[in-house]
Amino acid sequence: MDYVGIDIGSTASKVVARGKKELEFVLPTGWSSKETTHTIKEKLKENDIDVLSEDTRVVATGYGRVAVDFADYVITEITCHARGGREMAGDHCSIIDVGGQDTKVILVENGMVQDFLMNDKCSAGTGKFLEIMANRLGVTLQELFDMADTGTVLPISSLCTVFAESEVINYIGEGRKREDIAAGVVDSVAAKVAQLSQKKSLAGRIILTGGLSNSQYFTRILSEKIGREVEPTERGRYAGALGAALLAEEKSR
Amino acid sequence: MADYRKMWEELGMDLETHDQLCAVLPQAFGDVYLSQENRPEGMDYYNMVVADIHGIRPAELIEHQKKGGKVFGTFCVYVPDEIVFAAGAIATGLCGGSQFWVPGGEKVLPTNTCPLIKASVGARLDRTCPFFRIADMYVGETTCDGKKKAWEILGEDVPIHIMDLPQMKRAKDIKAWAEEIEAFKKVVEDFTGNEITAEKLAGSIKLINGKRRALERLYELRKNENLPISGCDALLISQIAFYDDPGRFTQMTNALCEELEQRVKDGVSVVPAGTKRILLTGTPLAIPNWKLHNIVETSGGAVVCEEMCTGTRYFEHLVDESKTEVTDQINALADRYMNINCACFTPNARRIDDILRLAKEYKADGIIDVNLKFCNLYDTEGYLVERALKEAGIPVLGIETDYTDSDAQQLRTRVSAFIEMLNN
Repeated sequence: MDYVGIDIGSTASKVVARGKKELEFVLPTGWSSKETTHTIKEKLKENDIDVLSEDTRVVATGYGRVAVDFADYVITEITCHARGGREMAGDHCSIIDVGGQDTKVILVENGMVQDFLMNDKCSAGTGKFLEIMANRLGVTLQELFDMADTGTVLPISSLCTVFAESEVINYIGEGRKREDIAAGVVDSVAAKVAQLSQKKSLAGRIILTGGLSNSQYFTRILSEKIGREVEPTERGRYAGALGAALLAEEKSR
Repeated sequence: MADYRKMWEELGMDLETHDQLCAVLPQAFGDVYLSQENRPEGMDYYNMVVADIHGIRPAELIEHQKKGGKVFGTFCVYVPDEIVFAAGAIATGLCGGSQFWVPGGEKVLPTNTCPLIKASVGARLDRTCPFFRIADMYVGETTCDGKKKAWEILGEDVPIHIMDLPQMKRAKDIKAWAEEIEAFKKVVEDFTGNEITAEKLAGSIKLINGKRRALERLYELRKNENLPISGCDALLISQIAFYDDPGRFTQMTNALCEELEQRVKDGVSVVPAGTKRILLTGTPLAIPNWKLHNIVETSGGAVVCEEMCTGTRYFEHLVDESKTEVTDQINALADRYMNINCACFTPNARRIDDILRLAKEYKADGIIDVNLKFCNLYDTEGYLVERALKEAGIPVLGIETDYTDSDAQQLRTRVSAFIEMLNN
């Protein structure tokens, strides 16, 4: 049997296959979840996984989950991230997922979701915020983190991405160092994520998942803000897709 | 559907804009309501009331006015309808529950005002709701700062009487509320020219208690394992209770309850066994705000109770019917109304007791604490509510939303995840 987890995020789509064939890949979601879904289907086929076959079980998750018309099950990203996070950090853990358009905090106890929280619909404290600011500074995300590491934090007080961008433009206008602005940007996102996390009683190992999950720099800043160690995860961006693949397997038992 | 354009025109309504509202409501109602399976036949009455929401009842109110009767528009479950009906007048709820009216309210109110207030002010000033045109006098109250200031703006366009609701529940506050009811009685008597006698007041107390009993009977039925009616339908009934003729509403609701009681006997349920039972608590859901109920009930859950103004706060506790002197009756009214537990009071621990009790009575698997955006009172109280529920081991999901559909997908994710969590 092939068990496939597909996580259609707002920025990136992640796929994990388990069972007969082990495989994982990521691609940009682009403007159409439908088209991305089609590309995923083709890509799996190239790797001998036929999503329409009787021997394949597919779980779709993420904001574009309903676009996956060949999915056997549709499960929310909270449940899938929790399952994937559990695989990475054990049955008692806290998962902080900084996604492209939302940030979630999930508490897992005895292997089950015990509580969760998502940010409001605005993009403060999400990957989108970093993406916009990196664009504004003319660098990639990795360059933004590298620059931030050598800079001194310039305060960005606005929680709204649009207003925060104006603050950044002011700093640029004042001729401030890019490194300092970058440090301010990362600090602001970490502060917002920490604030959200602290609304819940984080217990057990705390791991970071999502697109920033392997950034040592971001987890360090986040750990400082939360006052507890937040562990980076090598495959953290696949947490949702991995959870979906595991659930595909568990659901077909 | 009858043609009510002439009536709307005579009410000075903005027909062109109003047409846009009339064009979208049937679609929304169809999507949320008519798509439900196995609805009770008794819902036909409420379907009809909504289908002609700006026709049938407004026409009745105008008929009443033609005979010299007055209509009072109210915005809060603390305002005693009994006083209005005892003077031969009609009270009708005016709270706006549609995004359609919000931009109208934003012309004069700060954006960070709750959508209920914005919609209510917009509906009046933009002349797009017949009820807001018909009411001869509005009755406001001091339940929150947003409303207090909104009355001053509305007061320039329509006569308004404001009742000063206390913010604590000491003996002297209950006495103060009795005095406010007494003053309201005088205002209603002067405005209608009708004296409110003990006999008339006894009659209206019985009338409104009858409505409360019917709603209580309906809610009692929702406690059954086999759910005879959906949360969406029950919410609609609660919303209609605010403006329908109380006598007819009571009769129709009791008739529906008979059908539902038979369903319970027959073991009929509108949802599959094992569907997670959700209790909603928080800010009111004014008609036609069906958003959250619809999301819950299309995501594998069933709403079994609303600890809300459009819910238990509206009908729980009866007014003592045994009093024969006006003064005693007014005290009995004050006692009953001060039993409602709204976040505008401090402290308000009894609301938390209510939620815990209702969760048990309705066998709720989980609770969703709903807050209308910018309702500072309920938002702040949510901290204590959610903490108390956690301590009691009841799963809770906090949600803040408004009347727009822009967050529907995010809400669906949260609600679905919450129900997945309950299913584990």
